[in-house]
Amino acid sequence: MAAAANQHQSPEPPPLLLLHRFPSFSLPFLPFLQTKYTVLDPHADPPHPSFPNLSKSARVMLCFGPKPVTSEDLDRYPSVEYVVGTSAGINNFDLAAFRRRGIRVTSAGDAFSDDVADYALGLAIDVLRRVSAADRFVRAGSWPVQNEYTLGSKVSGKRVGIVGLGSIGSRVAKRFEAFGCSIAYNSRKQKPHVLYPYYANVKDLASNVDVLIVCCALTNETQRIINKDVMTALGKTGVIVNVGRGALIDEKELVELLVRGEIGGAGLDVFENEPHVPQPLLTLDNVVLSPHKAVLTPDSFAAIEELVCSNLEAFFSNQPLRAEVAHD
Amino acid sequence: MEASIGVLLIRPLSAYLQQELCKRYTLFKFWQEPQHLRREFLREHSNSIRAVVANGVQGPDAEMIDALPLLEIVASHSSGLDKIDLDKCRERGIRVTYTPDALTDEVADMAILLTLATVRRICEADQYVRRSEWKNADFKLTTKFSGKAVGIIGLGRIGSAIAKRAEAFGCSIGYHSRSQKPNSRYKYYPSVIELALDSQILIVACALTHETRHIVNRDVIDALGSNGVVINIARGSHIDEAELVSALVEGRLGGAGLDVLENEPEAPTRLLGLDNVVLSPHVGASTVETRRVMADLVVQNLDAHFSGKTLLTPVI
Repeated sequence: MAAAANQHQSPEPPPLLLLHRFPSFSLPFLPFLQTKYTVLDPHADPPHPSFPNLSKSARVMLCFGPKPVTSEDLDRYPSVEYVVGTSAGINNFDLAAFRRRGIRVTSAGDAFSDDVADYALGLAIDVLRRVSAADRFVRAGSWPVQNEYTLGSKVSGKRVGIVGLGSIGSRVAKRFEAFGCSIAYNSRKQKPHVLYPYYANVKDLASNVDVLIVCCALTNETQRIINKDVMTALGKTGVIVNVGRGALIDEKELVELLVRGEIGGAGLDVFENEPHVPQPLLTLDNVVLSPHKAVLTPDSFAAIEELVCSNLEAFFSNQPLRAEVAHD
Repeated sequence: MEASIGVLLIRPLSAYLQQELCKRYTLFKFWQEPQHLRREFLREHSNSIRAVVANGVQGPDAEMIDALPLLEIVASHSSGLDKIDLDKCRERGIRVTYTPDALTDEVADMAILLTLATVRRICEADQYVRRSEWKNADFKLTTKFSGKAVGIIGLGRIGSAIAKRAEAFGCSIGYHSRSQKPNSRYKYYPSVIELALDSQILIVACALTHETRHIVNRDVIDALGSNGVVINIARGSHIDEAELVSALVEGRLGGAGLDVLENEPEAPTRLLGLDNVVLSPHVGASTVETRRVMADLVVQNLDAHFSGKTLLTPVI
């Protein structure tokens, strides 16, 4: 069969694939892609001699990591028809510019969702039960010396509010339910087949829950969706967890409220200006801090590699793409 | 008027408990006595102490029971009874009560938390940020939890609650217990080694008895392997701690999440320096909410005893 197929084909050069990334983000499956595509990497060392010319003909751009893809980038690479995202979030893409040019885009889809949901629960329960603080306590040798240890707060039975009931949010909900927690949510629109109570307004959601999990997409509408009013509504014993994007929360307000004890605690995997973390948080025992690692597992990496490779093949053979982002 | 009843409280437990006990009884605060004066303290008050409030970490042993000739009841603020000399109590006709159901959810929550914290390196990552190491580099990859094979030793109230939670993460559940549970949908393993061979995460959730001491021994640790993780929310003596520490140091075991230790509150020095363990000071049931429920049950049991009524949650 292979012989018959070969009769029709003259050897074609591998399709061009333009890599778009910050220098510090190196793509783990680059060697594999290089066996199937002519990968044009602007940060290649030494630089590819034909990069300036070839890049203008590339039909596909693979964006690895949070580097923005702007209108100017698309001007520079005028043949791009398809941008492959490698994150669940696509806030770094100028989607309006994509739409105008009819450029297709795919994201990480569900590839990371289990790991992020697991991590959201880990952070939330850690804040409530204070295990990171407890681990520090034991390692400091304080257990034999101090008889008492600050009590945590029971997880089971807490009211959990999910901001963004998408791929990650729905998995968070399922997990918390097994702990006997009740679930309520906020989303752009109410989900028709979902039985959890819906709140059209995040502040109302916050007023009615004990734990708020932020896992929605960052868009123009959701910048600082968690603002002072929302956090005040969550209250003195409320806990907030963010596994979305730092810019979803008014970070300055959050820090002030935590320092003043106006909010119970926070579990944060993302920050407004990573890797910078506001200094006052570094000494608080009612926060758990994490260096944007919710997706850093071998399984998530394998899943994104599979998705990206499969989508590239699909694109070049005119097959449907998975995890395509609709331009709505 | 009857002389006030003396109650010995071994550890502070909660302000609420102390408050409630003081309202009804004369409270003797054992933990406030310096170690070397404790024998004398007991001798001094032995003619008033008629009850001891024990807990999961410290309970009246034979020596303490012998020092208290008027002891009638031990009300334990715990589900576990291994720290109480039950044989001695039986011999003396001393009643013993405990708080069995108050902490099932709490401890199950803790088991899952320790698993996530160990497998996903949450505490280590928190330290990484606090020490400003994130400015230099991203954190390493850690192991996914969802979908892993979880093995539970002991499928009682707590074990079942753990299983229910782990299932929501897509984990497969296997268990070992003294006997197979007739209606369980989980896979039964007749031995802990067989369970460990098939599991990536092994959670100890059984009661401590003569049979279950060191139920996690070198063979079980070897079976679990270098990618395996052991979680202990039961009793320190369930695990051969010396073997555990060696295995962790040598990389023969992937990690451990421990809420209990053999000689708590002392921890082996080598353990304190490992980054593949999470340690907590026996706080599996230490929440504001549960402490209140447990305290109420302790007080209610004492009140029932001293007013001649039926005990609520007796053991003997």
